[in-house]
Amino acid sequence: MKVILQNLTKVFPGRGRKAKEVVAVKDFNFEIPDGRLIGLLGPSGCGKSTALNLLCGLLQPTEGKIFFGDDDVTQLAAEKRGVGMVFQNYALYPHLTVRQNILFPLENLKGADRPSKEEMNQRAQEAAKLVQIDELMDRRPAELSGGQQQRVAIARALVKMPRILLMDEPLSNLDARLRLQTREEIRRIQRETKITTIFVTHDQEEAMSISDLIVVMKEGVVQQIGKPQDVYDDPVNLFVAKFLGTPPINVFYGNVRAGRLYIGEEAVLDVQGVPDQEVYAAIRPEGFELKADGRLTCGLNRVEVMGRDISVVSAHACAESDSIRSIISAKNQVDASAGSVSFDIRPDKIFLFRKDNEERIRVSAG
Amino acid sequence: MEKEMDLKKTEGMDRAGRIAGKTATYVLLTFWALIVLFPFYWMVLSSVKSYSAYNSEYIPRLFTLSPTLENYREAFTAVPLARYFANTVLFTAGTTGLMLVVTVLSAYAFARLNFRGKNLTFTLFLSLMMIPNELVVITNYVTVTNLDLRNTFSGLILPSVASVFYIYLLKENFEQVPDQLYYAAKVDGTSDFKYLWKVMMPICKPTIVTIAILKAIECWNSYVWPRLVTDDKMYFLVSNGIQEIRENGFGRENIPAMMAAVVVISVPLIVLFLVFRNAIMAGVSRGGTKG
Amino acid sequence: MEKKGLKGWLYLLPAILFLGFFLVYPLIDVFIYSAEEGYNFASQTSSGVGLYNYSYVLHDPYFLQAVKNTFILVVVTVPLSTGIALLISVGLNSIRPLRNLYQTVYFLPYVTNTLAVGLVFMILFKRTPYTDGLVNLFLSWFGRGPVDFIDGPYAAKMFVLCLYTIWVVMPFKILILTSALASVNQSYYNAARVDGTSKLRIFTRITLPMISPTIVYLVITGFIGAFKAYSDAVALFGTDLNTAGMNTIVGYVYDMLYGSSGGYPSYASAAAVILFVIVLTITCINLIVSKKHVYYVN
Repeated sequence: MKVILQNLTKVFPGRGRKAKEVVAVKDFNFEIPDGRLIGLLGPSGCGKSTALNLLCGLLQPTEGKIFFGDDDVTQLAAEKRGVGMVFQNYALYPHLTVRQNILFPLENLKGADRPSKEEMNQRAQEAAKLVQIDELMDRRPAELSGGQQQRVAIARALVKMPRILLMDEPLSNLDARLRLQTREEIRRIQRETKITTIFVTHDQEEAMSISDLIVVMKEGVVQQIGKPQDVYDDPVNLFVAKFLGTPPINVFYGNVRAGRLYIGEEAVLDVQGVPDQEVYAAIRPEGFELKADGRLTCGLNRVEVMGRDISVVSAHACAESDSIRSIISAKNQVDASAGSVSFDIRPDKIFLFRKDNEERIRVSAG
Repeated sequence: MEKEMDLKKTEGMDRAGRIAGKTATYVLLTFWALIVLFPFYWMVLSSVKSYSAYNSEYIPRLFTLSPTLENYREAFTAVPLARYFANTVLFTAGTTGLMLVVTVLSAYAFARLNFRGKNLTFTLFLSLMMIPNELVVITNYVTVTNLDLRNTFSGLILPSVASVFYIYLLKENFEQVPDQLYYAAKVDGTSDFKYLWKVMMPICKPTIVTIAILKAIECWNSYVWPRLVTDDKMYFLVSNGIQEIRENGFGRENIPAMMAAVVVISVPLIVLFLVFRNAIMAGVSRGGTKG
Repeated sequence: MEKKGLKGWLYLLPAILFLGFFLVYPLIDVFIYSAEEGYNFASQTSSGVGLYNYSYVLHDPYFLQAVKNTFILVVVTVPLSTGIALLISVGLNSIRPLRNLYQTVYFLPYVTNTLAVGLVFMILFKRTPYTDGLVNLFLSWFGRGPVDFIDGPYAAKMFVLCLYTIWVVMPFKILILTSALASVNQSYYNAARVDGTSKLRIFTRITLPMISPTIVYLVITGFIGAFKAYSDAVALFGTDLNTAGMNTIVGYVYDMLYGSSGGYPSYASAAAVILFVIVLTITCINLIVSKKHVYYVN
């Protein structure tokens, strides 16, 4: 099912007399292609959960429209939209068994839509099998591990064959090991069911690793939409550049003078056609190349060996943070006792942003 | 972590149905509120109608145009209402005060001190919670009579002091105070009693206030025990006073004066409630029961 | 350690003294009293040990009347008050404006003197030579004849007693149910709505099971409280409940002990023990029944 969001806006009235109203989602436009896995990504309070609740119908937008396929569902109540939702705390009914939980949405159906008893049981069984919990059908949620509860919640969302599947922070309640495993599981289930799936997360690694498309949001406004690698390689503004990637991108205060980018007094890059101005220069950790007479010289703090790579932690007076982290191949030898270290910068791994609005400055290739 | 949003109220529901539902809800709630409030209104209303006006209304009127405070004067002069009032204040203060001392000391012992048989004793205490008052009141009555304590404040107060439930409540609260505070105080050479007085009690003040208020309400409304051990009007509490007024007081038919007395004894608790609303409601919902 | 052990007991001493003297000793004593035959209060002597006191009480028409009254009161008020309280709490939980005001109003009866407000109820319902009372005025609008609810027919008196009892116990139930309802996690309701669950089904399949332990608690405390009813009846019908035919079991105990027919602690004890056994039995039955139907979170 294709999903289209048009100018979607949600404003919450302020609580109390003086409180200002809160724009949780502002002018969200997006055409979600059928059968994809979409990650809605942003820091806490960026409006991603609100966007999800608008999609499932628990909230009504202040402005804008939502289409599922060709149907305008904007005015449709949650129960009529045919969405499956996995809640952050799973919202499994503690007094019902796993089977009863999965059957619950089916038993809500009325009239002609209501499947026969056998069909209900069969569908519940299929859904359980899909998420591999068919052995646990007669347990109560309290008797399951966090990962198993998560699967039950997914099965309950899937059993009614939803037009789209929504997940609110699906991994946040799991421990680190389960998280890796479960995100693969979500990917697999989505591939098998081919249901358009939208999930919300604040963890960029999670979103990057399994999404077909990611939507990066900040303060209610969509910053960038694209394939994870594209967004990573081509961020539209400083926020997106900083939000994606571990270790995070290194930001320097720089100057463009006469077609050259200066960090401190060193000219590190040719940037033909960019007018003279102060800029943020952001360099991905993998964008540093060790070179004896490199253009950028930093004070060396320490070297961390990570097997395949080594991480060079250094410092620079013009850097935004105290330490600069660069990742280079372990083939390089770094003398940890040296006072300084010099790099060349890979042009495709450095991005320039305007000082005033933090928007990207495009540098023409060449 | 984003806050769980309260979504059900306004969103996504059929508008007309929602308004109808809301209206029905408010009608129901208002109806019950009226049932609750009406006796209070009637009480105040009757108390400001003059004796003759009240008795001439064969069909009771829902309001009065000539309110009078005469009944209140009558209530304080024709029967010793002020005396009942003072007795009740004394009884309430005495019982609540003693209860606090006993409760704080034993809650502290259970929560903080170590001694042999502590757990067993605590279990025994808890099991005492199940004993209904009706079962022990008989012997207590005999005891107090034999000790010649009828028509004394000691006889009124002493059997009403101990409340296992409040010990339990306060012990739970005391246990939430971190151990480190105790050890720090010990290192500084603080005695147990000083620690209790200077650290524990201030920290747990909300709970102590709550149990004091709950006990005070209980005392103010107590009827059965005072009725058993007092037959001298000089020692009557307000509940017994009301009953006495009803049966032998102003003459059975002086209802306005009776209502004035009822208003007078109801007001202190209502004021107390309005001031300590949150503490009282929180305390009651943590396990108080009426009576 | 030795010193510290002593200190613990020292802190406990006041409580132990009070509880021992006024709770534990009387508890044992009441069973002894109830078994001592022909106990004389003045000389404090008895003629023997046996079950005569129980037999006397169980054959006393006043006691049987009191048992009947109490059972009617219990059977009528406990389900009704719990049901109405549930209805009101659900309503209360679904609104935002004025919620605090309603809650405050609903709680008022809890902090008022049962005897005092009982007098007001009596006046509202009573028929005197001067007036039929306000309630009869209402009844006359519907073409119903005046009824004396206080000195009149048994059913009318029972009606007032039940009504007043419900009025008195509602604050506690509403308070407890409101906080139980509020503590049900909102996400269950959201999940149910996304799954298209009807309101009725949400209530019966989610809300009720989630608050069922609270309901059981209220029913049990309600039973216990209603079995101990006494001062409500005194407030409405005066201290001479036997004559009014409106006595309760607890009232019978007190009347046996003291008052116009008093002076028989043995009979009072026997009646109190019988009451205790009844309450214990009913509480156990309640617990057993609810075990099967109630969901407890751990």
